[in-house]
Amino acid sequence: MTSGLGPAIGVAAAYLAVLSAPVVAPYDPTAQHREHPLAPPTGIHVVDREGRVHLRPFVLANGADGAARAYPVRFFTRASGDVEAPSSVRLFAVDPPAAIFLFGTDTLGRDQFSRLLYGGRISLGAGLLAAACALTIGVLCGCVAGFFGGWVDTAIMGASDIFMALPWLYLLLAIRAALPLTVDPGRALLAIVLVIGIAGWARPARLVRGVASSVRSRDFVAAATAAGASPARVLRSHVAPEAFSVALTQASILIPQYTLAEITLSFFGIGIGEPTPSWGTMIGAMLRQELSVAHWWLAAPAAALVGVSLLYHATADALHRRALTMGVTR
Amino acid sequence: MSARSAALRSLFIRHVVRAGAVLVVVSWLVFAATALAPGDAFGEARLERTLSPEAIAALRHAEGLDRPLLVRYAQWLRSAAHGDLGRSIAYRAPIAPLVAQRAVNSLLLVAAALIVTWTIVLPLGVWTAARDRSTDGRIVAAGATALIAVPDLLIAIVLVLVAARSGVLPTGGLRAAGGADAAGFAAIADRIRHSFLPVLALTLIAAPPLVRHVRASLLDALASPYVLAAAARGIPYRRRLWRSALRAAANPLVSLFGLSFAALFSASMMVEVVMSWPGLGPLLLDAVRTRDEQVILAGVVLATALLLVGNSCADLLLRSIDPRISA
Repeated sequence: MTSGLGPAIGVAAAYLAVLSAPVVAPYDPTAQHREHPLAPPTGIHVVDREGRVHLRPFVLANGADGAARAYPVRFFTRASGDVEAPSSVRLFAVDPPAAIFLFGTDTLGRDQFSRLLYGGRISLGAGLLAAACALTIGVLCGCVAGFFGGWVDTAIMGASDIFMALPWLYLLLAIRAALPLTVDPGRALLAIVLVIGIAGWARPARLVRGVASSVRSRDFVAAATAAGASPARVLRSHVAPEAFSVALTQASILIPQYTLAEITLSFFGIGIGEPTPSWGTMIGAMLRQELSVAHWWLAAPAAALVGVSLLYHATADALHRRALTMGVTR
Repeated sequence: MSARSAALRSLFIRHVVRAGAVLVVVSWLVFAATALAPGDAFGEARLERTLSPEAIAALRHAEGLDRPLLVRYAQWLRSAAHGDLGRSIAYRAPIAPLVAQRAVNSLLLVAAALIVTWTIVLPLGVWTAARDRSTDGRIVAAGATALIAVPDLLIAIVLVLVAARSGVLPTGGLRAAGGADAAGFAAIADRIRHSFLPVLALTLIAAPPLVRHVRASLLDALASPYVLAAAARGIPYRRRLWRSALRAAANPLVSLFGLSFAALFSASMMVEVVMSWPGLGPLLLDAVRTRDEQVILAGVVLATALLLVGNSCADLLLRSIDPRISA
């Protein structure tokens, strides 16, 4: 915990899992298994009724004759009945009529595990891109404001004052209002990333500005300027490295916050729309399902969100402590 | 004294001018953004397909949507200054009373949450700071840290689910059906029952980071040289904690109070939607969904104004109680 390496590895693993969704997910996230609505997680067995142990895990399903049969789980295989991507290799699959739903299915019989992975691509990806967007704008504006000072500083910080004075969720809605309501998922994702990025640039800008203006007054910057270095060069080789450490700590705080922002927007129904999965729409479905305690597996996206959030907080804490100790030793 | 109050008055005027400027800029940005966005309330999806383009153009003309942007903004600004915020296209009603009622509901919720939060945060922060060396204090501090990491949305959802399962508390709304007829004590009890869950959600969202901040600033103050000097002179621990440290820590706490107002105000929007509390949040969300531009504009401007007032109050309070900060 103290090194922060463990949580950081956990975060990386989450991104790796959602990135490899086409391989790890056994089903298409929008494929509806109408014969299995709200199915509980599929039991995976290694011991059969006679007490024999199988090396290959299997699932049980009723065959065409109505009798229960064992269907082996096949690894690194091609799921038969893969209409969308017939050439793709899946990490694991079973032959129909058996089905393998690790986290059960939703009301439409869609595989929760596959939707969790594909939804994670949207939600985690949106958080990452939005934070990158906000940090890019923030670091650029902050460096320029802190380094040049004067009226540029006043103007940029005045603008950031306005953005920080606004209630964050109201601001998000106001910017969202400027975008068309129904768009295809790709453009909706882009729109949400831009919305969150534009709404969130002010905080990193303010922090980076502080760093930049303190760097400006240091002797080595004065020396570089005296030696004829252009402002662009001083910004690049002296201010930017100092700003980077601030930006890194900010990133570990902003990414989970913006992931949650995307999830909240999608939960409100003004983010990524169905049938494309997002953790926000999945959590919304969980709340609408009256018997959600009976269908506990619908809470999988909420559990995943808490897990990722905890990992990010641990990482941010470690980064923050590292920045503090580095500041002391320097 | 008089010089100080004069300085405070000029500061107050500066705050008012600045808030006015922010409101004008924000209203212009939201106005321009919503107006320039593709589609409006008379988009094809919102109306009968059988309407002719001429009829739609007539409707747009009647609502004044076909005039130049700057003219419309100038008109909006002038009527807003007179308290007229325009008409809602979706509600077919003037916006000012609509938004005012919702804003009152939001403010009631935020005010209640603010009081409950600080009633819990202050003693708990002091307690965790005082018990810093012992296990129970550390457990509570760690619990607060863990709660920070739980996403706000999930806190609200879990509370709603628990309330729905247990059936003890209402999961949404302002009052029971027909509750408007109840009078006196019954009406108040009903209000409290309905606001219990949203206030609890807001407290659970806002309190943990505040406990951590209060604890940190108290620990800072306790470790400062003059508190050590007080200890050396034999002043008892309790007195050091409550008299010396807490007073020194009051300054960051007042700033925190202003920040907590902003955080609660923003979080309350989400809580209002999840728990169907008829505040500004659901109104604004519906306005975004129906492209009711005037309502979006009025809602965002009003929310900003309320937040600015809260922040200014905190700042003025800070400067009037702390002689070290020049006004």
